[in-house]
Amino acid sequence: MKKRILVLFLVMALVFTFALAGCTQPAAPTTAAPTTAAPTTPTEAPSTEVVFNWNIGADPKTIDPVLNGASDGGDVINQTFEGLTREQSGTILPGIAESWEVSEDGLTVTFNLRESKWSDGSDLTAHDFVYSWKRGMDPKTASEYAWIWEYTNITGAFAAVNGESLDNVGVTAPDDYTLVVQLDTPTDYIVSLLSFYHFLPTKQSAVETAAEGAWAKNPATAVSNGPFKLTAYKIGEGLTLVKNENYWNADIVKIDRIEGKFIDEQATAYQAYLSGELDFLPDVPPAEIPSLMAENPNFYVFPLLGTYYYNFNMNLDLFKDVRVRKALNLAIDRELITETLGSGQVPAAGFVPPGMLDHEGKDFFETAGTYGIATDASKVAEAQALLAEAGFPGGVGFPEFTIMYNTSAGHQLVAELVQEMFKTNLGINTQLENQEWAVFQDTRKAGDYELSRGGWLTDYMDPSGLLSIFTQGNAYNDPKFANERYDELLSLAAGTRGAEHFEALYEAQEILMTELPIIPVYHYTDVLLVSPKLKGWERSVLGTIDFSAAYFVD
Amino acid sequence: MKSYYLKRLVPLFITIILITTLTFAMMHSIPGGPFTRERPVPEAILRALNEKYNLDDPILIQYFKYMKGLATFDLGPSYSKIGTTVNELIVEGFPATAKIGGLAILLIVILGIPLGVISALKQNKGIDYFVMFIATLGITVPSFVIATGIIYFFAGQLGWIPSFGLATPKSYIGPVIALAGYSLSFIARLTRSSMLEVLRQDYIRTARANGIGEFTVIAKHAIKNALIPVVTYLGPTIAAILTGSFVIEKIFAIPGIGRYFVESVTNRDYTTIMGITVFYAVFYLIMILLVDITYSFLDPRIKLKGEK
Repeated sequence: MKKRILVLFLVMALVFTFALAGCTQPAAPTTAAPTTAAPTTPTEAPSTEVVFNWNIGADPKTIDPVLNGASDGGDVINQTFEGLTREQSGTILPGIAESWEVSEDGLTVTFNLRESKWSDGSDLTAHDFVYSWKRGMDPKTASEYAWIWEYTNITGAFAAVNGESLDNVGVTAPDDYTLVVQLDTPTDYIVSLLSFYHFLPTKQSAVETAAEGAWAKNPATAVSNGPFKLTAYKIGEGLTLVKNENYWNADIVKIDRIEGKFIDEQATAYQAYLSGELDFLPDVPPAEIPSLMAENPNFYVFPLLGTYYYNFNMNLDLFKDVRVRKALNLAIDRELITETLGSGQVPAAGFVPPGMLDHEGKDFFETAGTYGIATDASKVAEAQALLAEAGFPGGVGFPEFTIMYNTSAGHQLVAELVQEMFKTNLGINTQLENQEWAVFQDTRKAGDYELSRGGWLTDYMDPSGLLSIFTQGNAYNDPKFANERYDELLSLAAGTRGAEHFEALYEAQEILMTELPIIPVYHYTDVLLVSPKLKGWERSVLGTIDFSAAYFVD
Repeated sequence: MKSYYLKRLVPLFITIILITTLTFAMMHSIPGGPFTRERPVPEAILRALNEKYNLDDPILIQYFKYMKGLATFDLGPSYSKIGTTVNELIVEGFPATAKIGGLAILLIVILGIPLGVISALKQNKGIDYFVMFIATLGITVPSFVIATGIIYFFAGQLGWIPSFGLATPKSYIGPVIALAGYSLSFIARLTRSSMLEVLRQDYIRTARANGIGEFTVIAKHAIKNALIPVVTYLGPTIAAILTGSFVIEKIFAIPGIGRYFVESVTNRDYTTIMGITVFYAVFYLIMILLVDITYSFLDPRIKLKGEK
C-alpha cells in the first residue's frame, strides 16, 4: 500500500523538484555579466523618465570597442563610447576632438581634443587614445578586427599587428589634449574612419580589471565616455543603458534610459514592435518588407556599402574564355532578382556601390556607368551571340556546372533565379549546392568550386575598400583573379589622393568589368523599422545607429 | 540496493566519457573553425587567438586538457561570448530554461495523464474523440507553428501576453504551452492506449469479480500498471525539456541554454558545444536511471539487479 502511494509521489516529486529547482535557483552573479539590477529602476525613477526600447538583435559577442568586429556590438558601443569624431549620414561632426588639421603633404593629422571626462568622472586625455589604439594593434589582445589597421595607413600600425614593435607606431600624444597621427600615404577617409567603433577610446584601468573584454559587460567596471553608460547586462536577454551625465555633450541627450533587447527572431521582434513593446528594430521578417515599403513611412531602406556577387573559378578551363564569362553576366536579369527579393536592393553592373563620392564630389557608382552590362534582360541576345562565338551555340556542349552558396533561404532564391536564367537564356544547365556557412568559407577559400556566392561590405568610405579584394595575394580574391595592371592601379590609388586616386580606381573597375572574374548581382541594403514617435536618431553611412540626440514626440 | 547504484554508476561514467570523446572528435573533424571569418583575421592575430584557446596544441593534447578541465567542472571559455565561460553561460541560462521546462512538465503530467485515463474510460464516446482530436493536433502541429500562432494571436492581436521574454508571470503562458504541446498530446495518447490494454487484463476482471469498487480498480490496479510505458517516455522527455528547446527559446526570446545547442555548432564554439553536450548527456543518463528505479516501485515484478 505504502509503495503505491510512493509510486505516484515519486513521479510527481521528480517533476516538482526540477520545476522548483528551476524557479528558485538564483542566477549566480558572474564577473562577465552580473545580474545585479540597474541602480535606476522604474519605481525609483521620476514618472517623466524617458525610456527607449530597442531591439539590438543577437547578444553581442563583446561590447569592448577594441575587441568588437560585429555590427550589433558596434551599435551598442556607439551609444556608450565617443571617438574623436562622430559620423552621421556621411557628415563628420566633432566628438572628443574639437578640431583637426591635416598637414600639406597629407601625412600628418593633428587632433585637438576637448577637455572631457570618463563616466567615472576621471579626465579623458589623448594618452587614452594612444593606449586604446595600441591595444587594438597588439597581437596579444587578439582583436579579430585588427585587420582594419592595414587600411588606416598609420605608420607602423599594421606592422605592429603582425608582431612588430608598438613603439614605432605613428600615434603620439605630445600633450594631454593633442593627438598626432602619422600616415604612410595620404588617406582622405582617415578622419571618417576614426569615428568607427574600433577606434573609440577605452580606459586602461577599467580594461585591466578583467580579461577578454569582460569589463565592458560588467556595470561595475564598464567605464565609457559616450552619451550613455551600461548599468545592467543579462546574457541572452538584454542590457540597460542610462544617460551618462559626464558625457561632454550631455545637453543633447534626451533619453534617460535605453532597454536593449537581444531578440534574434525577426517575427517576434516585429510582433513586439506592433504591440508597442519595442521602438526600434534593426531587422524585419523579409516577407513583411514589400508591404512595409509601400505602406509604412517609419520603415527605412538604406544603401549598404557592399555588393552581392558570384565568383568564377578562374583556374578552371570552363571559364577561361572571357566571352563565356560575359555571356553568363549578360544572361542575368538583375532587376528581376532585386524585385523578387523586394528589399530595395540596387541592381549591380559594377562592383562599387552607390554612396561613395569621388574627387569631384560625384557618386562613383553613377559616374562609372554599367560597362555594357545590362541590369535587365535586354542583352540576352548579345549573351547568346557571345556564347555561340565561344563555340557553344545555344549552350550545346557547354558542361553542366555547380552554383555554390552558403545555406540560407535568401541565397537559395537568388541561385534558383540565376539557374533558371542560365537555362532559359543560354541553354546552360547548372546544379545548385549549398553548404553550411563555416564549411562554405573553407571550400571557397580552397577554390573548390565552379561558381560560388560572394558578398563584400566595406568599412571605410573609399572604392578601394571594395576593389582591392581582387588584387593578387588578397585573402579574399576568391576567383583568383590575376591582372598585373589591376594590381598596379590599386597600389597607385593607395598612394595618391584626389583626381589621381579616383582615376586609378575608375580604370581598375573598368578592367574588372571587362575581364569579369565575377558576376555582380546587386548592392546590399539595410532596413530599419522605427516607432513613429521616435525622432532625432541618426545612422552612419556604414550603418551604425546613433541615439545620442534621439527624443520622443507624442 | 547500494551495489545496484554502484553498478549503474560505472557504465554511466563510461558513457559520458564516450559521448565526450565522440563529440570532441566529430567537432574537430568538420571543416571551419571558431575563427573562420568572411574577412580573414591577420596571421599574427590568428596565432595569438589559437594560442589563447590552446588550439595550437596537437589534437590529443587539446583533448586531454579538455578532459582534465571537465574533471574539475571547468568547461572553459566560450569563443562566441568572449570574456564569458561556458560554466557562466549554463549557470545564467539554465534557470530560465528550467522554469519554462519545469512548468511544461507539470502541465504534461497533470493534464496529459488524466486526459489519457478519461479518454480510455470513455472509449469511443464524445469526450474520447474530442481529447484524441486535440492530442492528434498537438502531435502533428510543430511547436514553432504553435509558438508563432500564440505570439500572433495572444500577444499581437489580443495583447493579453507580452511578445517576448519572461518579465511577467503572464510571459510564461506562451512558451510553456508551446513547449508542452507535443509531449502532452503524446502522453495523453500513450496513457489512453496503455490504459485500454491494462483494462482488458485478467487481473482487472478478477478484481472486479471480487467485488472491489470500480474506483479502487481503476485507481489502484489499472492506472499504476498503465503508467509503466508513460514513465519510460517521461524520463528522457524531462531531460530533453529541461535542457531547453532551440525553437521555443528563439521564438519567445528566452535567455535559456536551449539555443546554444544549435548556435554553438554554427559558430564552431568548441567549448560551448562540448559543455552543452556533456550537460545534456549527464542529465539524460540520470533521468534514465531514475526511470529504471521508478519501474521497481510501479511493478514489483521488475527487480533491480543486485537487489536482494
